[in-house]
Amino acid sequence: MSVPTLAVWKFASCDGCQLSILDCEDELLSLAGAVRIAHFTEMTRAVEPGPYDISLVEGSVTTPADAERIGQIRAQSRLLVTIGACATAGGVQALRNMAGAGEYAGLVYAHPEYLSSLEGSFPISAYVQVDLELQGCPVSSSQVLEVLTAVLAGRRPVIPLHSVCQECKRQGTTCLLVRGANPCLGPVTRAGCGALCPAVGRGCYGCFGPTESPNVVSLARRLRADGMSPLAVSRLFQTFNAGAPGFDGEAAEAAAAARAARAGREGS
Amino acid sequence: MAWSPRAGDLAVVDVAGLDALIMALADASYDVRGPVVRSGAIEPGPLGGVVDLPRGMRDEQAPGRYDLSDTAGGAFFDWSSSARSWKAELFPPEEELWRARQEPGGNVTFLSTPKASRREPLPLAILGLRPCDFAALGVTDRVFAGAAVPDPRYRRRRDTAFMAVVECGSPGGTCFCSSMGTGPGCEGTDAAPDLVLTEIASGTVADHRFLVRVVSDRGAEVMAAVPTRKATEADRSEREAILSRAAARMGRRLVTEGLPELLLANLDHERWSEVARRCLACGNCTSACPTCFCADVRDTTELSGQVVRRRRWASCFDREHSYLHGGAVRASTSSRYRQWMTHKLATWWDQFGQSGCVGCGRCITWCPVGIDITEEAAALRGAALPAGGGAA
Ligand code: SF4
Ligand code: SF4
Ligand code: SF4
Repeated sequence: MSVPTLAVWKFASCDGCQLSILDCEDELLSLAGAVRIAHFTEMTRAVEPGPYDISLVEGSVTTPADAERIGQIRAQSRLLVTIGACATAGGVQALRNMAGAGEYAGLVYAHPEYLSSLEGSFPISAYVQVDLELQGCPVSSSQVLEVLTAVLAGRRPVIPLHSVCQECKRQGTTCLLVRGANPCLGPVTRAGCGALCPAVGRGCYGCFGPTESPNVVSLARRLRADGMSPLAVSRLFQTFNAGAPGFDGEAAEAAAAARAARAGREGS
Repeated sequence: MAWSPRAGDLAVVDVAGLDALIMALADASYDVRGPVVRSGAIEPGPLGGVVDLPRGMRDEQAPGRYDLSDTAGGAFFDWSSSARSWKAELFPPEEELWRARQEPGGNVTFLSTPKASRREPLPLAILGLRPCDFAALGVTDRVFAGAAVPDPRYRRRRDTAFMAVVECGSPGGTCFCSSMGTGPGCEGTDAAPDLVLTEIASGTVADHRFLVRVVSDRGAEVMAAVPTRKATEADRSEREAILSRAAARMGRRLVTEGLPELLLANLDHERWSEVARRCLACGNCTSACPTCFCADVRDTTELSGQVVRRRRWASCFDREHSYLHGGAVRASTSSRYRQWMTHKLATWWDQFGQSGCVGCGRCITWCPVGIDITEEAAALRGAALPAGGGAA
């Protein structure tokens, strides 16, 4: 392959993952030399037509127009890699999947009938074939670089599927859950961030989404044994990856409890 | 001239003498490490003198729970095992093995690995590893240094390292070294430490002292700079009393009789599925275990064109760990837990002629859901919970 072309796409998202690419700083120039950036509007207005060798897709599918556009992008991309919690699990906006977006639209917009949106926020993989998913809110710059350098060399990228715990242990961070019963989602959350939060004394919020086999039920039992209410435990999962398989069960419970509470208030 | 112990002698030093020992190690150009308090736990760290030791600290360990409190007592070693083992000192969690570049003509040039060589400027001296920790070194020695092709990095660090073991007077709630024959005293296994210390802190402040058994010539050389006296019969019997009290206070017990056969005869036991419902497959146990030695070796390329081979701790609780062509052999958590436990307690014997478990209890304490290897073994045996049992 001569210099491969790279395209970066945005769907429903906050642009944080695209910023993580720009954040590669030291490597950014070498990257710009190794690939031809053909479409990356966060970075440059110059846009080249497809097809593209590598497409990185940020964001979730939330409108019929998104659903159509992702099909076109797939058709023009040799490799399609989704980046971030939105693209891989629907993102924080997938909370609406548990709430009935229609109801809320009426509360927020004067003319909800002008909106054309899907009932939920869905991962890219719900619409097209995805070659690789990089989790994280936002993704790790070094994982993005790892994928691109692997593609350039024609090798498999080294992306761990295991827990954040192992990153804590490798860097010598004392477990917050065991020492201090600090709620932490690290045991069910995929590594990749370098265990950033526990390193500064805060339990993992789960922004990298589930490991390949997250035992959320068992971790939730432990957190409740430490005195957290079932609702407080469920809410821990109701964030960036609420729609991810594994986290969605607890997140839906929190949503159901919130609905019940609202119904109770309205009923009384 | 004052008496100075030789290899084989039993000496006594006071607190100032312990401080002098740490200084003597530093003077002998060792990078001295020992137990220190960090982030609310006792962890390996740099040791500049007795002031850095966790004086007065006592740990409380239970399945999935660790707590450290200041008892305002005077003892330096009134705790059981450090949160992290000393494994990382000899077998770093992540290490660059080599780095190379392909030249335009196709030749490959190997580059020096600056990061790796900067890691070990001085030989290590560890003061305050526990008998179980030292026994664990005996286990990793067979794995790394006793292999047909010894690991040169491990070997270099290990051969140059000075080991001063401190025997255990205060075993913790998850300890079971006496079941494994690795503690609470350090009687010398197949590998010999340099010094073996026992703290005697039960008397008056003036009486606070350490028994020092000098094992190696290297130990004797360092002790030459430390004010000592010969141990008396009273000192010896005090040590015996401390160790037998400690042995009686083990938080846990593992019945090892026929255990390998028992485990291997029960590979289809329903307990494996039961434990899998609790197990998070997080790998805290294998990371905390002083003998787990698995690593993943991966080659990566960099944008600069360099190729790097790195070794990084890996865990049998990871899906990737059993990845063969076409998929992971151990897809279920039950098969991963079973692999871990049967390797530790059964197949390690076939592979290395010893147990892979030294009874330090770290996998029990640092398991977020308090899975207890002694309890699992007892359940498979169909016996009641072991002494002090009960999970988080
Ligand atoms: S520790 Fe958890 S919440 Fe924090 S950055 Fe990492 S994955 Fe995200
Ligand atoms: S298996 Fe558990 S108790 Fe045994 S040596 Fe490893 S961490 Fe310690
Ligand atoms: S036994 Fe405990 S520490 Fe080990 S993988 Fe399972 S949950 Fe994690």
